[in-house]
Amino acid sequence: MSQQDGRALNRIGTFQLAGEAQGSALVLSHALSFWGGVDAETGDIIDRSHPGGNVAGKILVMASGRGSSSSSSVLAEAIRRGTAPAGIILQRPDAILAVGAIVAEFLYEISMPLVVCDISGIVSGDRIVIGMAEGGQATVSRI
Amino acid sequence: MTLELSAGDQSMLGGEHGRAVAAAMKILVAFSDAVGARKLLDIAGAHIDGCLYHGQASLDFVERLVEGGGRVRVPTTLNVGSFDLIHPGLVKMPAAQEVPARRLMKAHLELGCQATFTCAPYQTRFRPGFGEQIAWGESNAIVFANSVIGARTNRYGDFIDLCCAMTGRAPAWGLHLSENRRGQVLFELTGSFEPADALFVGVGLVVGQRSGDRIPVISGLPQPRDEDQLKALGAAAATTGAVALFHAVGITPEARTLDEAFRGKAPEATLRICCADIDQALAKLSSVPDGAPLAAVSLGTPHFSHDEWMRLLPMLREVAPARGIPIYVNTGRATFKRLQDEGELDDAQKFNLIPVTDTCTYVTSVIERLDGVVMTNSGKWAHYAPGNIGVSVAFGDLADCVRSAAAGRVVRGAR
Repeated sequence: MSQQDGRALNRIGTFQLAGEAQGSALVLSHALSFWGGVDAETGDIIDRSHPGGNVAGKILVMASGRGSSSSSSVLAEAIRRGTAPAGIILQRPDAILAVGAIVAEFLYEISMPLVVCDISGIVSGDRIVIGMAEGGQATVSRI
Repeated sequence: MTLELSAGDQSMLGGEHGRAVAAAMKILVAFSDAVGARKLLDIAGAHIDGCLYHGQASLDFVERLVEGGGRVRVPTTLNVGSFDLIHPGLVKMPAAQEVPARRLMKAHLELGCQATFTCAPYQTRFRPGFGEQIAWGESNAIVFANSVIGARTNRYGDFIDLCCAMTGRAPAWGLHLSENRRGQVLFELTGSFEPADALFVGVGLVVGQRSGDRIPVISGLPQPRDEDQLKALGAAAATTGAVALFHAVGITPEARTLDEAFRGKAPEATLRICCADIDQALAKLSSVPDGAPLAAVSLGTPHFSHDEWMRLLPMLREVAPARGIPIYVNTGRATFKRLQDEGELDDAQKFNLIPVTDTCTYVTSVIERLDGVVMTNSGKWAHYAPGNIGVSVAFGDLADCVRSAAAGRVVRGAR
């Protein structure tokens, strides 16, 4: 976060799957497995180790992915149903989430960008915009 | 950093091997770019975690490949599905879900996959060898293949494992490469431990929680009785964390010594695990106190091996639980067939023993009573079942589970 302005946030990240999205940030303190963690019909977080909430239309922000490889399918199904996050920002790349997003785009032509960048300073409720910069890099900004 | 494709990869991508292979290669290329691989490598086999029906997307993908005339190019095993095809009627599901869920399992067979339907493909004749490059899905199978066998796979998810099988290729990155298999964080067990089943579950839970994305090396672990204890450790570590490979010094094949596990380098961090850490991790698996009335027992997550059956069956015959509490045991169909041939299951009904094949009790509706407490010896089952099927769970070792079934309530530490 910028020292001059506590609210400003403009970061450059790497796309695991390119696209544009915006939405309200949902920041999780620890990693969420989509399989066993998210109900694809509703987008509700069902993993009891999280405080609850709903991922639909949010910009989901967490350090990493976690757990079962079945998370790819749950994410793809959530994207198909419109209950998935609008975009996901991770501190570290996650191949399992990448596959779910890539296949959903292949089958349904719905884009859910997956970005790897520094997530510090982003808090739940922030309005976050994911955009595409020149050279194929991702931009993450708070508006 | 760009991906270099071989002439063979290019021809698959260009459609010379049909539309299905072209689609699989297209996704594989996108995935390889996402993970930053420079090239693809040949694989000797694949394990597909795509048979569990998670919704229309699962089926849409496989149907697209079937329509394109796809066949897998390497020996390919299948993970559990939503149905027990050997025991019809065991899984109860509304027709609207049953039709696509069954079709999903069959469509994979049409692609040339083997009808193994097990989360423990390492218990089948398709078990890979040390150093073999493979593309496996299913978190427990992945960690077992890498750690206990020394085969090489990354954590492949649904879809991409099938894309690897359809092309016989995988991105050359991560755990496929020797330099990325070095241990990073050392877990030292302090104290002396008996090789009890629960120890391996507890260590797995703690290691999973604390490893982050680093490769754990465990020292001080007692020699396991058999590979099933390492199966339980890996499954637990891949449940609470994203562990795809662990080294256990003096136990697993790439860690004959501490030095070999770290490839001669120093650990990035050293963490100690004491008895209390393990007790605390195990205690969190149970949501009910001792004495709570029991609705069922569920064993075999990951799938019960033949050795585990050979431990369970004598216990059942000795304790002879007769209260009618069902004891579900998830197991591979090959293991089940072998037990049948051996006549080992002839007296199963006496103890309300219900073998479940091709699926697992926490991913589909097998268990009759979901309002009660289900006891398990699986750290993975205990972690996921409350969220998946809404049961209360008590964790205990195998003997506790059998004794609890006999008592009709949760009994632990009975010796």
